Amino acid sequence: MANPYVVLVRMRMRAQTVYRGSFAVEILASLGATVSGFGELYVIFANVPALGGLDFTAAVLVFAIGHVSFSLADLVVGHLDALPTYLRAGTLDAFLLRPLPVLAQLITADISLRRFGRTVAGTAIAVTALASSDVDWTPAKGALLAVTVCSGAALFAAFFVGAAAVQFWLVEGTEFTASFVYGGNYAAQFPASVFATPVRVLFTFVVPAAFVAYLPVLTLLDLPGGGALGWCSPVAAAAVWIVALLGWRAGLRHYTGAGS
Amino acid sequence: MRLWLTLVGIGFRRWSTYRLAAFAGAFTNSVFGLIRAGVVTATVAVAGGTLGGYDTLAGVTYVWLGQALIGPVYFFAWSELAQRIRSGDVAVDLARPVDPMLAYLAADLGRAAFVFLPRGLPPLAVGALVTGLALPGDPLGYALGVLSVALAVVVSFACRWLVNLTAFWLLDLRGPMTLYLLVTNILCGLAVPVHWFPGWLAAVAAASPFPSMLQTPIDVLMGHAAGWDAVRLLAVQAAWAAALLAAGRVVFGFGTRKLVIQGG
Amino acid sequence: MNIISVSNLRRAFGAKTAVDDLSFDVPPGAAVGYIGANGAGKSTTIKMLTGILKPTSGTALTCGLEPLRQRRQLARRIGVVFGQRSQLWWDLPLRDSFRALGAIHRLGPDAVRARTSELVDRLDLGDFVDTPVRQLSLGQRIRGEVAAALLHGPELLILDEPTIGLDVLSKERLRVFLTEQRAQHGTSLLLATHDMGDVRRLTERILVVDHGRLAFDGTLTELAGQVGAERIVVLDLTEPAPDLVGVPGTRLVGVEAGGLRQRLSFAPGETTVAAILSVVASRAQVHDLTIEEPDIEAVVRRLYAS
Repeated sequence: MANPYVVLVRMRMRAQTVYRGSFAVEILASLGATVSGFGELYVIFANVPALGGLDFTAAVLVFAIGHVSFSLADLVVGHLDALPTYLRAGTLDAFLLRPLPVLAQLITADISLRRFGRTVAGTAIAVTALASSDVDWTPAKGALLAVTVCSGAALFAAFFVGAAAVQFWLVEGTEFTASFVYGGNYAAQFPASVFATPVRVLFTFVVPAAFVAYLPVLTLLDLPGGGALGWCSPVAAAAVWIVALLGWRAGLRHYTGAGS
Repeated sequence: MRLWLTLVGIGFRRWSTYRLAAFAGAFTNSVFGLIRAGVVTATVAVAGGTLGGYDTLAGVTYVWLGQALIGPVYFFAWSELAQRIRSGDVAVDLARPVDPMLAYLAADLGRAAFVFLPRGLPPLAVGALVTGLALPGDPLGYALGVLSVALAVVVSFACRWLVNLTAFWLLDLRGPMTLYLLVTNILCGLAVPVHWFPGWLAAVAAASPFPSMLQTPIDVLMGHAAGWDAVRLLAVQAAWAAALLAAGRVVFGFGTRKLVIQGG
Repeated sequence: MNIISVSNLRRAFGAKTAVDDLSFDVPPGAAVGYIGANGAGKSTTIKMLTGILKPTSGTALTCGLEPLRQRRQLARRIGVVFGQRSQLWWDLPLRDSFRALGAIHRLGPDAVRARTSELVDRLDLGDFVDTPVRQLSLGQRIRGEVAAALLHGPELLILDEPTIGLDVLSKERLRVFLTEQRAQHGTSLLLATHDMGDVRRLTERILVVDHGRLAFDGTLTELAGQVGAERIVVLDLTEPAPDLVGVPGTRLVGVEAGGLRQRLSFAPGETTVAAILSVVASRAQVHDLTIEEPDIEAVVRRLYAS
């Protein structure tokens, strides 16, 4: 007996490759964000030797890990910002009529394979940065890297879910929530030490971007300020997921209560 | 001339219905501004207090002005013309008594004028509160600055127009548009001031219209380039605007001829 | 246990009340027509019965379950078709929708195959089961939706305006299929429609809803008796004939062109067009005929007038 989610995602992937021509273009296009992000760091470091206490390799590592984490989340749940489209088409009602949780159906309703280019490019950069930095590799460090990327992806995914939940109330709310989702992504790519205190608080406790890449990299490179904090990304991810799921449940209740 | 002004007015009014979206966009700009301000401050600090002619305060002012100008100068995908070409509606534009390119330009200027306040002021306000801004008190500087912004909008429009014209020959606009946005975002000085570019990149940027879209108006507004320097930069902007618009007119001619011959 | 149990059901949208103090029960195996004009509250009721909408007050129980709280459990036991919204996967072939639904309802691959071929055969989907759903005509898509709704063998099938916009042939095919399914599997049926033909062919009991309130609950014959929800057969004769009075079960309601065209009204259940024709044929030669169904708005109006 087939797992319904596997079936749904496989169906979705087949539907995507039907449009093969523009597929290649979109994969290339998705590299744009990687190039511009990396380019930014490159130009900065052409002028100065360190940023926020990190050298070029370390800064690139922060960028790459943040980039890969976000791209993974975008791959799986990036389509959630199209919730208004699903609402308008009555797709949500179709989801309610099926014996599966609505959020799970929404997540498996699409998969943005074309964003995969970003994941590959980011990984390539990360691997290069790791190779050229002097990390004191231990099994623990390896585990840290794996945990970091997974938690980072989970954290960003939670933001996509939370942003989608807002759409139940603010129909044109995509722009507002985008500022948190994409703002969080952008912030995660830089060392949090460059931020002024209020901004640092914002990106540690409200949008825990600092936990995605900066703190783990400090721990990875045995730099001061890291230590146990670098291992806290799963905690941050869990916290955001709790908020996101509560928001989602409230949003769905609002939808079935207020009617369409 | 009156017709032209009417079109600008229509462009202005059309965008007033997107007030909420404009403010939401300003919110995003502010968030990004906070991040960039932090990066710029740290960079300048490591460089010893000044870099490329910017000290810390100038650096953050640069960031906030940049964020404020994103909306008016429009650093996003614009595909209106391409869609009309693909659907054939462009024939309607050709039949009208106004030159299509100038008509769209007028609408774009109207749009820029409208979003200037809701999209431009909030980031500047946030900047003033959080990091401080260093704007000159010289009225001539502001006058030249506004003129420079207007020219920047024209240059941006002309570039977007040219990219859209590829729709006459290519099936999918997304490739050229994405490439255009990528190059623009880097070379116009949005992420990092053009003055900070390493030699080879600075040369590439200088040979392109992109700095005229953002770096120039910021420099003029900040008073970084004053007096005759500012006038020189404005002349460069005007030259690019004229050249790109002319190219746009020519390529548009080629495109419409192809359309008419092939029967759209 | 009733398969549908509605008690003082009420739903308001701000100032507007879409469903007002609705109460009725449907025993298992029944086929009920739920008729009313546009905006009468049919779709709202169905949404509350299926877990899409929360009632403002009152209760609705479907298959003995609370639709909102026990949504997923209920979804396994009912099938729903919305005529104006699709639940199929738009850009993939119909067959893939069946496969997906089979996996969602946790049917084994053999069960899915068997059920799919049965439905394809009975609803005549063979020609287009491998065509992407977005390329199907309305009639084809609706048949696909009905098949999809029945794939998991639900106890109750709810249809919301399934025949709207369908051509006569598609309507007929659908009606025949539904009658068959009920006979074979004992599926209960709730059919919301404003097409009296659907109601006549498929249901034994009618609920008339108007402005959110239940205006009538009974059989079609009773309704016809109460408000004269009669059908009219318009006979075009080859040559003028004397007035066709006294045809059993009919009333002469109109004569035109000096007897060339005559209109006979009759209550459904009292007689059939075939029976009328055989009587008329012995008295005149029929060239052509048309049948006029009672208009639902007229029925409702007359319901209130009576």
